[in-house]
Amino acid sequence: MTSQFAKVTDERVDVELDCSGLLCPLPVYQASLALGQLSPGQVLRLVTTDPGSLEDIPALARQTGSTVLAAERHEDHQLFWIEKGLRS
Amino acid sequence: MTDAITRTSTDDEVARRRRIALVASKGTLDQAYPPLIMATTAASLGWEAGVYFTFYGLDIIHENRLQRLKVASLANPAGPIQLPNLLGALPGATAAATKIMKKWMSDARMPTVPEFIEMAQGLGVRFFACSTTMGVMGVEEDDLIKGCEIAGAAAFLDYAAEADVQLFV
Repeated sequence: MTSQFAKVTDERVDVELDCSGLLCPLPVYQASLALGQLSPGQVLRLVTTDPGSLEDIPALARQTGSTVLAAERHEDHQLFWIEKGLRS
Repeated sequence: MTDAITRTSTDDEVARRRRIALVASKGTLDQAYPPLIMATTAASLGWEAGVYFTFYGLDIIHENRLQRLKVASLANPAGPIQLPNLLGALPGATAAATKIMKKWMSDARMPTVPEFIEMAQGLGVRFFACSTTMGVMGVEEDDLIKGCEIAGAAAFLDYAAEADVQLFV
């Protein structure tokens, strides 16, 4: 199930990263490396299954100056759309 | 079930580069993970991170010993094999506990300790080797993995004094 907001943001996705099956700290580690390859304003779409990432990914964004445009919580996975910030 | 949130970082949250200073004082396989995970995560958040390896923790950056870190089967009620201490002392019990922990980690697709070390160093985490421990335990600089800085307590505290987070493991 995808929200209308998610459809809008999907058009802006520059890179997709699937961290299914990976536990902390790997989703944060890999998302950080992926964001490092992006230019400010570009968007990373991230899939995780570690429930801890519901808090970890917003924390990564806060700490690195990026923005979680949207987050979706599904029964067995989470989706995040993260816009790379000016720093980091 | 779908919900969406929007969060924006503010300038003052990330204006200054944060720093974490960790002490790794234990040399068992299970206790090698927490400082390496914390350091790797901190570096992923864009923080400066440094780990001071002291006493048994020095084994984690010892070229040979880091390959042979073990989980204690004796006096470790939370360990992977639940044995009375009398049985935990039997030959092979430590090896069994270590093997189970490695299987847990591998089944969960967690990196090994050497892999975490590589990840951490790749992100610029600084590894400090306690000079006193080296002297006491007869460890030479050549015995350590590459990229370690030898430091005494004062040098580490000087680094830790400028840290936002300090943790002792």
